[in-house]
Amino acid sequence: MASVDDIAGLRRILLQSRVIAVVGLSPNWYRPSYFAAKYMQEHGYRAIPVNPNASEILGETCYASIDAIPVPVDIVDCFRQADEMPDLARAAVAKGAKVFWMQLGLRNDEAARIADAAGLDVVQNRCVKIEHARLMGGLHWAGVNTGVVSAKRELVTRDRK
Amino acid sequence: MTDRAFGFDTLCLHAGQIPDAATGARALPIYQTTSFVFDSADHAASLFNLQTFGNVYSRISNPTVAALEERVAALEGGRAALAASTGMAAQMLALLTLCRHGDHIVAARTLYGGTYSQLATTFDQFGIGVTFVDADDPAAFRAALLPTTKALYAETIGNPQLNVCDIASLSAVAHEAGIPLVVDNTMASPFLCRPFEHGADIVIHSVTKYLGGHGTTMGGVVVESGKFPWDNGKFPQMTEPSRGYHGVRFYETFGDFGFTMKARMETMRTLGPTLAPLSAFLLLQGIETLHLRMPRHSESALAVAQHLAAHPAVEWVNYPLLPGNRYEPIARRYLPRGAGGILTFGVRGGKIGGAPAGVRFIEGVQFLSHLANIGDAKTLVIHPASTTHRQLTEDEQRAAGVTPEMIRLSIGLESLDDILWDLDQALEKSQR
Repeated sequence: MASVDDIAGLRRILLQSRVIAVVGLSPNWYRPSYFAAKYMQEHGYRAIPVNPNASEILGETCYASIDAIPVPVDIVDCFRQADEMPDLARAAVAKGAKVFWMQLGLRNDEAARIADAAGLDVVQNRCVKIEHARLMGGLHWAGVNTGVVSAKRELVTRDRK
Repeated sequence: MTDRAFGFDTLCLHAGQIPDAATGARALPIYQTTSFVFDSADHAASLFNLQTFGNVYSRISNPTVAALEERVAALEGGRAALAASTGMAAQMLALLTLCRHGDHIVAARTLYGGTYSQLATTFDQFGIGVTFVDADDPAAFRAALLPTTKALYAETIGNPQLNVCDIASLSAVAHEAGIPLVVDNTMASPFLCRPFEHGADIVIHSVTKYLGGHGTTMGGVVVESGKFPWDNGKFPQMTEPSRGYHGVRFYETFGDFGFTMKARMETMRTLGPTLAPLSAFLLLQGIETLHLRMPRHSESALAVAQHLAAHPAVEWVNYPLLPGNRYEPIARRYLPRGAGGILTFGVRGGKIGGAPAGVRFIEGVQFLSHLANIGDAKTLVIHPASTTHRQLTEDEQRAAGVTPEMIRLSIGLESLDDILWDLDQALEKSQR
């Protein structure tokens, strides 16, 4: 089963997507999910919170589940426990999402199989913010080894805002 | 699909620098600015909260310096790097990110003199204890561990003793204790040895030396492997909300580059030994030819070592890859592409007319440069007993591995025949 793990594939996903359902988005500003969603908002994406315990985060209405989101979703980005991934993968498929993304530290082969079988791109054990910043943003400025070797002009997606 | 693993030589030229977004400039622009404008108050807040990556103030990050950081990280096979004004500053930033008052470090006794002083004197003032042990004995490192020990520290190749570190064995001792192995890789450069491949967790460079390679510019770098488990309970500063950065948990938030983020946003931000953008540019110019220079430094040094070993005015020669050297077996394991440009030798003959033979040799060289540095493109020569170690008694010098007849050479890129000629004629003068 094919997880997307290369620069070209990750860049394609990030360039083609606009709406991200962030499952388990915390309302606390210092939590990693908040960091990631705020970053993605600032780089031209819409981050829709899926959190039954909050009403609004980062200016967006919270929904209790993926299927309750009233607009189409490109990426389902998961900040929940690994054993919840298969159900979330099924919900992502039902929602018609194009990408099922499990955050840094998360791997679940069953969920990956479910999403992959339905034609979704699967990303495992990566942070959506870090990958965006690595490939199209400022992670390079933080001294991180991005792995990018290219003589093409740098892509700047902040202009998409 | 997997990404292409580019070769070391390609990374020397490209890693960390793609053409500038604004202008398409192919060479690295020198961003000679202290500060960077914010798009809005909200953008400023996000930057200060570390929610978005960007430049605020050049004490913390700068695009020209970032190119150097990423390039060294790539060459070492590491995850992330932080540049500093000097190698001494880089090492201080790494160790002060790991240790606080009351903590402890176990270090090789053969560490470079400046490092030894920083640990034994300045860190002592900070309340950080250091135990120095036999660099060749992993069991001595293990025996010196305390519950408060937060790092092991050693050098790939010691200076001036030219001892070669058994990195894998020290890494095993460190990891058994749940602490990182920090390795100063200045003398080898990542061309000759990549300590992460042998289990090191943090690598330090004085970029001033072989990476920069031309004796023009001071600089240092800290690189993290991205593989150390900072949540093992020994490093609450990596897992608990940061007092120095309003509650951020560095390991949880930044994962495998959390150590570098903490070193940058807390240690560098508050202590301030920043690398200048122009310095980063000059050092990167050097790195672009690292892969061409290191083989030549190493080949010429070995040839010089062999030449001197057969010279009647030379008592002994120390070079790790010289057949019969006590470190030859371990050097063949860790330094298969060469042992770098540094060697030492003893000039035969004691004091004649009050001046030791070593001093007479130094005064006799024509184009070999008498100065206190290593890793220049030019050949350098020094008599440690009368210069870098002259404040010590002869007994103290011997304890530091410095004998009255010892000469240290840093072999440069000149014609090998000319280097040998200058050595020979100066040796001849030393015997008169």
